[in-house]
Amino acid sequence: MMQTPLKRVRGHGSAKSGTEHFWMQRLTAIALAPLGIWFVYSLLTLIGMEHAGVAEWMRHPVNGTLLALLAGTVFYHSKLGIQVVIEDYVHAEWLKFTSLILNNFIHVLLGVAAVISVLRVAFGG
Amino acid sequence: MSTSNKPASGGYQTDRPRFDRPLSPHLQVYRWQISMTMSILHRVSGVALSVGSIVLTWWLTAAAVGGDYYAWVAGILGHPVGLVVLFGWSVAFFYHLGNGIRHLLWDAGWGFELKSMHITGWSVVALTVVATALTWWCAWSRIGGAA
Repeated sequence: MMQTPLKRVRGHGSAKSGTEHFWMQRLTAIALAPLGIWFVYSLLTLIGMEHAGVAEWMRHPVNGTLLALLAGTVFYHSKLGIQVVIEDYVHAEWLKFTSLILNNFIHVLLGVAAVISVLRVAFGG
Repeated sequence: MSTSNKPASGGYQTDRPRFDRPLSPHLQVYRWQISMTMSILHRVSGVALSVGSIVLTWWLTAAAVGGDYYAWVAGILGHPVGLVVLFGWSVAFFYHLGNGIRHLLWDAGWGFELKSMHITGWSVVALTVVATALTWWCAWSRIGGAA
């Protein structure tokens, strides 16, 4: 059979999805390294604080921005990772598809809830 | 599925169907190497962090709901059971962070030699222990020693 490198150029490998999954997993990983360290440091400064203090911390534009970015990136990275685990270990076709669909829904739900919560505190109310 | 014993081109002959043969990578006969444990732990810690991220959303939601509910959630997280979960989360976080950086270096084409693989592997283990200990030492001194 005649083969040309065209499908590779277009990113259409055997999985038909190119390198997007691979690339986004790395991109979110690079973002999460500093964001994660900042988050752990921040948690240490928030220990023992009442709600008012934590809310005040979240209202600071830098903290609100980084928290929203962290939440979005965490759930994107997590979605990609769990997807690979499902694809590796779940072989029954119907169960695999159900799991992949649920994986998407749950991660979007958790991510949106997290970002909305940060915005809710940031903009008061 | 075909149960034909016809050998693949150039393959060896066998009396048994293909699917009866042991599958690679024959984990039960491999000599232990740090790379295999590090690899599976990366996945395990990743799944643990995914589950743990539910707590992140829970905490942020509690902050948005406010007052009494936040105090209730903070109380659960500060309870010994909550602290054990948070401790596990921190171990998984530092391990996944360290080994993730190791993966990124591999992606950049660095560190494939056996020697550097061992050095970076054990460095990640050391980093996990030190960073976790340092974090909880800070946390403990802020809590003030009270459980």
